[in-house]
Amino acid sequence: MSEQITIHLTVNGEDVSQNAPARETLADFLRTRLQLTGTHMGCEMGVCGACLVLVDGRVVHSCLMFAAQASGSVVETIEGLSERAAIADIQEAFHQRNALQCGFCTPGMLMTAQALLSQPGVPSRDEIRDALSGNYCRCTGYEAIVDAIESVARARAATANGRQVEEVAG
Amino acid sequence: MKARAFSYARPNTIAEALDLFAAADEDATYIAGGQSLVPTLALRLQAPQTLIDIAHISELRGIALDGGWLRIGALTRHCETLADPLIAQHAPLFHDAAPYVAHPAIRNKGTLGGSIALADPASEFPAMALAMGAELEIVGRDGARRVPADDYFIDLFQTAIEPGELLTAIHVPIVRPTHRWAFDELARRRGDYAIVGCGILADMQSTRIEDIRIVFFGVGNTPVRATTAEQCLIGKQLDQAVVHVTQAALADDLAPPDDEHTPAAMRVHLARVLLGRLLGRIAGAT
Repeated sequence: MSEQITIHLTVNGEDVSQNAPARETLADFLRTRLQLTGTHMGCEMGVCGACLVLVDGRVVHSCLMFAAQASGSVVETIEGLSERAAIADIQEAFHQRNALQCGFCTPGMLMTAQALLSQPGVPSRDEIRDALSGNYCRCTGYEAIVDAIESVARARAATANGRQVEEVAG
Repeated sequence: MKARAFSYARPNTIAEALDLFAAADEDATYIAGGQSLVPTLALRLQAPQTLIDIAHISELRGIALDGGWLRIGALTRHCETLADPLIAQHAPLFHDAAPYVAHPAIRNKGTLGGSIALADPASEFPAMALAMGAELEIVGRDGARRVPADDYFIDLFQTAIEPGELLTAIHVPIVRPTHRWAFDELARRRGDYAIVGCGILADMQSTRIEDIRIVFFGVGNTPVRATTAEQCLIGKQLDQAVVHVTQAALADDLAPPDDEHTPAAMRVHLARVLLGRLLGRIAGAT
C-alpha cells in the first residue's frame, strides 16, 4: 500500500512495467509515460469518449480508471488497433465520408465503432447512434460518422456472407 | 482536475478489505468500477487517504439461484447485468433498465453493487432494487446482514451501509408466473440521467392486481415508492378509470424539487405520463 506503485501492463502487445503515483489515471499513464498520445483527454469525467481504450477486451474510459486499477490487465490503445490494421476499413470509411474535421474525437469514435462492429449482425442507424451516445464530436454533426460506420458494417457483413458462399461452393 | 494523492491497496478477500479500511482510520474509500467515484475524486469532492480496490475480490462475483432468490454479486458489471440470462429471467427489471444506464463504455466497467451502494437518486438500478423488493447483503467486521430495500435508502446518497461496511450482494426475490413488470424513463438524450423514471412489479390474478410495487427515480433524494398510487391499484382491474385515479394519486407520493431545467409540476406531470404508459403495458401483457 503506497502512494507510488509499480504498474505492470501489457500495452499493444508489449509488457510494460513502470512506477507511477496511485492517483495517476490510465489516460495520463498512457499519454505521458508511454507517449501513446492517440488516447485523447477531453472532459476527464467520462462524458466525451475521446479517451476510450480497450482493457481486457472491453472498451472503457481511460480517464475513469487509475493506472493502478489496470495493473495486470491487457490494454490496447488506438495505436495498437491501428498498427495491427484491425480498423483499417473504418479509418478508410471515415476518410471517404469526411467523418472527421479536427480529429480530436476520432480515436474514441473508432474505438466505439470497432466495439459495435465486433458484435454479430448489422447495426441499424439508430443502434449506431445509440452506441455513439457516449462520444462527443463538436465538428461533424455525427451524420457522416454514422454513414461511415454503417458503410463498414454493410461491407463487413457482405464479406462474411461472401466467405460463407465460397465455403459452401468450395 | 486531478485527484489528490492517495495510497492504493488491492485486497483479495472481503475480510482483508474491511481490515484495510479500519487500518486507514476510516479515511478510506472502496472503489469497484469507479465510474462515479473517479470523477468525484478528480473534482476533489472526496479526497481519501487510501483507495481500497475491491474489484479483484472473487467473493463479490457470481450470479446464482438460492432458493426463491437470485443472488447477484456486487461486482456484476452493468454489461453483465444486461447480458446475463439468470438476471433476465428472474430479476427482469435490472435487465430491462440496464440499456438505459449511461453509455456502453461506462456499462463495461460500472458495477451493480457500486451503483446501489452510491444510491444516486437519479440512477436506475437502486430504484429497480426497491421495485423488486430486493435485499442488500452488507458485510462489516461484526458480520453480515441483509437489509430490505424498503429500509435501505435513507437520504441523498445515504444508505444503511455504515462506514467501512461493504455491499457484497443483491438478493432479488425471483419473479413468479403471476408477475408482470415494466420499466421506462424519460430523458432528453439516450444515456443522460432521466428526468423521471419508473419501474413496476405487479402480482396479478388473471387481470386483477393482487400486489404491486411502483418505484420512481429522479424525483427526490432517494428512489421513491408510490405507496398511495399502489393502494389505488390493489384488488382492482387495470381499466382506464383506475389508471386515471392512480395517476392523480401521484400528487401524494411525489414531491420533487424544482430545478433550473424542470419545474416540480412538470416532473410530476411526466411521472403521471410514464405511470400511465407502464400500467398500459402491464394491462396489455395480461
